[in-house]
Amino acid sequence: MAETTFAPTTARAGGIRRRTDAARAALTRSVLLHVVMILGALAMFFPFYWTVVTSLTPGSGLGSTPSLIPADASLEAYQRLFADLPFARVVGNSLLLATVTTLAQLFTSATAAYAFSRLPFRGRTVVFGIYLATMMIPLQVLVVPLFAELRAWGLVDTYLGALLPTLAAAFGVFLLRQAMNQVPFELDEAAALDGAGHFRIFWTVILPNIRPALATLAVFAFMGSWNSFLWPLVVLRSPELQTLPVALAGLQGQYTTQWDIVMAGSVVSILPMLAIYLFAQKYVIQGVANTGLK
Amino acid sequence: MTALIGEAAAEVGAEARPAASRRRPARTPGRRSRRIRYALTVLAFLLPSAVPLLLFVLGPMVAAAWISLTEWNLLAPATWVGLDNYANLLTDPETADVFLHTLYYIVGYLPLVYVGGLAIALALNTALRGRTVLRGVYFLPVITSWIVVALVWRWLLNPSNGVVNTVLAWFGIDGPGWWTDPAWAMPSIILASAWKDLGFVMVILLAGLQAIDPELLDAARVDGAGWWRRLFSVTLPLLSPATFFVIVISLINGFQVFDQVYAMTGGGPGGATQVVVQQIYDLTFRYGRAGEASALSWLLFVVILAVTVIQIRGQRKWVNYG
Repeated sequence: MAETTFAPTTARAGGIRRRTDAARAALTRSVLLHVVMILGALAMFFPFYWTVVTSLTPGSGLGSTPSLIPADASLEAYQRLFADLPFARVVGNSLLLATVTTLAQLFTSATAAYAFSRLPFRGRTVVFGIYLATMMIPLQVLVVPLFAELRAWGLVDTYLGALLPTLAAAFGVFLLRQAMNQVPFELDEAAALDGAGHFRIFWTVILPNIRPALATLAVFAFMGSWNSFLWPLVVLRSPELQTLPVALAGLQGQYTTQWDIVMAGSVVSILPMLAIYLFAQKYVIQGVANTGLK
Repeated sequence: MTALIGEAAAEVGAEARPAASRRRPARTPGRRSRRIRYALTVLAFLLPSAVPLLLFVLGPMVAAAWISLTEWNLLAPATWVGLDNYANLLTDPETADVFLHTLYYIVGYLPLVYVGGLAIALALNTALRGRTVLRGVYFLPVITSWIVVALVWRWLLNPSNGVVNTVLAWFGIDGPGWWTDPAWAMPSIILASAWKDLGFVMVILLAGLQAIDPELLDAARVDGAGWWRRLFSVTLPLLSPATFFVIVISLINGFQVFDQVYAMTGGGPGGATQVVVQQIYDLTFRYGRAGEASALSWLLFVVILAVTVIQIRGQRKWVNYG
């Protein structure tokens, strides 16, 4: 109908048709891209969904595959997890270690970063270089001597033994120093003119200005501790002191075929990180993105 | 890491600090107590991190070198054996095996996460609706612990009633034994690892893509360059710093692969996935051969260091810092 009303010259019609063809092709491409990306996201998400479904299907893995939508979902696996094992204690251990590690790393990283950003001293570049070099040393190289060291101090199988090696990390120093270098030095000078010393400048000028970097470090430190495996595996021996990843790895040996329980434990392990991630997604992704830039 | 290395090198040469930080206390005798106070201030800021790093990183690093020259079962006093542990390692075919398994992992894992991460990053860098949500979903596995990833994938890839083989069976395909089959165990670990790290690589590449000046791509389009041509001639060269970072980090992490191996296969079946760190762990805590384990861990460190240094040296040839 429209074609008869607007009878354009043949030349213009061709131009319009070409343009609409191009637009249609672009639209098709765009729709296709959306579909592919959504399917990809569903595929990426599926293992999480399957974990939850399995944890809600009692008796999973005993010769059967759970159905995609559990017919009679039950929290039995969770009840058994907390009843048969000191699982609440294990979750508490992980929370405690992750919280202390996070607070300690915020403190040790921020103070060191201030020295590297604001306090010139002879050999500072060399010292900073040594800090950075510690990031390249794999934990595996350190495990044997660390274990021997902490055993000599009587700290194997204690919270303190698990904590001590995680108190300081060069990554945090680097991250915060970069953030501090972006805080204008004029701010320090103004505070110094008002009679503020370094400790006050650090606390009242610098720290409030690097809050996003502190948030990023907090998330990473918490995540690093919450998910860490090798060192807790080595140093924490008794079941009441174990952390989530270690207990989960052990659960697998204990209940080789009881996937509902293993998956329930996995859900418990994922949830706190997921909560933090949903709150601080911006900082997490920004933190990763920044490490790759430059 | 590129940033770190580059920056450390740059700083050795030029003290390009803003004026305020360059104020040094003057060296007049009357200011001596002030200098001491300044030194104490510096120490107060440095010691909280320096002490733990010395005690729990640098000290053990040196100790590991000493232990590697002894025979020690973690209990009885260590006996000095000189370079015997290294000699044994270098002649033992098992050493070659564990390094080859580690290389197998890296060679399978790296292209998968890079190409996958790049594809997702390119898609998310277009005018896509709901890209924040999509990015969030693709990133989700990154925050999950390796142990959970390993357990979940052990279950997904369960040969008898795992969901993957169940779905394959619908199409009449008899799925492989995955982590129970020596030939399929490493691919299973690679698959799980790629799933976990895809989002990490994607976010780094996406940040790199967003830093590219769109006018350059428009100019190439005006010149008649097609999509693939623009990708290879404009986007990828400009993305090379991010690519370099991904490769350096992935190789460092790849050589240290352990958690997911420990939880998925424990090095099995039949040693098919026995990687270097799994071997270090077994030598120490299963066989009580801590001296050899330390030697192997030093060997691993030297390999990682060499690979990283070679990449940093070689980056001039292909990394474009515009």
